Amino acid sequence: MKKMSEEVQGFKIEIKNLSKSFGVTEVLKDINLTVEPGEFIALVGQSGCGKSTLLRLISHLEKPTDGKIALDDLEVKKINPAVRYLFQEARLLPWKTVWENVALGSKDRSKEKAEIALQEVSLADKAEEWPSVLSGGQKQRVSLARALIGEPKLLLLDEPLGALDALTRINMQILIEKLWKEQGFTVVLVTHDVGEAVYLADRVVLVEDGKISLDKKITLARPRVKDNNFAYFERFILNKVMKNGEDIANEVADQTYAI
Amino acid sequence: MKNKIQVTDIILAWSIPLIGLVLWFVVTLHQNSASLFPPPTDVFTAVKRLIKDGTLAENIEISAARGAVGFIIGGVIGFLLGVINGQILIAEKILNTPIQMIRNVPHLALLPLILIWFGIGETAKVVLISLGTFFPIYLNTFHGIRYVDSSLIEMGKTYGLTRFELFKDIIFPGAMSSIMIGIRQSLGRMWLTLIVAETVAAKSGIGFMATNAREFMLMDVIVLSLIIYALLGSLSDFVAGLIEKRILRWHANYRKA
Ligand SMILES: Nc1ncnc2c1ncn2[C@@H]1O[C@H](COP(=O)(O)OP(=O)(O)OP(=O)(O)O)[C@@H](O)[C@H]1O
Ligand SMILES: [Mg+2]
Repeated sequence: MKKMSEEVQGFKIEIKNLSKSFGVTEVLKDINLTVEPGEFIALVGQSGCGKSTLLRLISHLEKPTDGKIALDDLEVKKINPAVRYLFQEARLLPWKTVWENVALGSKDRSKEKAEIALQEVSLADKAEEWPSVLSGGQKQRVSLARALIGEPKLLLLDEPLGALDALTRINMQILIEKLWKEQGFTVVLVTHDVGEAVYLADRVVLVEDGKISLDKKITLARPRVKDNNFAYFERFILNKVMKNGEDIANEVADQTYAI
Repeated sequence: MKNKIQVTDIILAWSIPLIGLVLWFVVTLHQNSASLFPPPTDVFTAVKRLIKDGTLAENIEISAARGAVGFIIGGVIGFLLGVINGQILIAEKILNTPIQMIRNVPHLALLPLILIWFGIGETAKVVLISLGTFFPIYLNTFHGIRYVDSSLIEMGKTYGLTRFELFKDIIFPGAMSSIMIGIRQSLGRMWLTLIVAETVAAKSGIGFMATNAREFMLMDVIVLSLIIYALLGSLSDFVAGLIEKRILRWHANYRKA
């Protein structure tokens, strides 16, 4: 399964002076960010800080108010089928069987390819089922297979594991890392879970008040183990995330003492 | 196991009509055919008579054909309007008001006008049935399309589906259960319109058979006509149910989950 790492190179993402407003609310302010081909970055930040908006801009579901986004030096002007978006919910079509849902991701809708993609996520035996009989984790794996079947160059993951239980999450993280290594696409992962970000990403980017306030390389060897170094990165980023909510954090701390 | 359930289902579904039949038999036991309510045996002989001279088959065929043609024309128009208005905002703004106006005039009230325009030929009846059937299909198609889960449409867009593929793979199947409701409602209106049209203005069909029988006080034929209408109505609903089960296979599972 190693075959693709040479053929499919990930997209390079270049974001220059990107701003996005909805009416009068400015969600993203002058964002600059470069992601190298095949790099895995994680976006973290408080709820509502604009992480999903940034992903939607990269995939052209939204248009920038100002600034530019380029993939491999080509400005993003329309939805690019080599960019695949994984949402928090699996968004499978209930009226198509599992393999038909996966086949939606390839131009020729081939069943053969769908079955191969399902094998990658260990769901080959569910090909003929309706999505409604699958568990939450299985659904998310099907949507991962649907994203992978088109040999994407960029995977945008918007908290795809957010609704899963801890155990399923860990398995999904391992699966995503494995597929990423095999296939060489670029990944932008949005997550609320700093541990997940440190576990998976080459770089963790913190979005705060519509700006990038931290861009931290995770220099841990893979596969990562949750040792002291891991804990250092996790704590470091968590502290930065919470800095803005410092007052709240202090308050909570005071209360804890009071008790 | 599965068959057993179906058999009990059928028995349950037909239990009340069967009891009705028995009661009818008992109540009319000591009457003769000249009375106001003929016993089942009379109706049965009427069936035999009408089968023999061929009028029964002919009239059923004519009525069913009228109903089908009117239903298909009305249904297709309703479906297309529903799709257009459901997909194109400006079309809805222009077309919705006139469609609502047409709907608010009961279509049967148009009968005199239609008779003057088209005479009592086939066209008049087909036009009337089309008018009666287009609206439920229109409305349910429209709503079905409008309320398709927008997150699924967004997913389709990120996968680079063309407009046609979006419709074929996401919007149409998403609206299907609503469209089926429209089809069933329209079927009901189809029979209603057909009966009225054939009673008021026809020279053939089941409705005509009943009207004609009234002239000669053939009570058995009148009652027979009503029974045929009831049977045809439930037959069409049964067929619609089968189609629905087939098309919405996924839906049964969906609801169970
Ligand atoms: N279509 C829209 N119209 C108006 N405001 C919007 C729209 N989309 C997003 N916003 C606003 O932009 C801000 C950022 O939203 P976004 O969904 O990007 O946040 P997020 O960082 O993904 O949050 P979360 O972690 O909770 O998912 C929010 O304040 C939201 O209300
Ligand atoms: Mg979000």
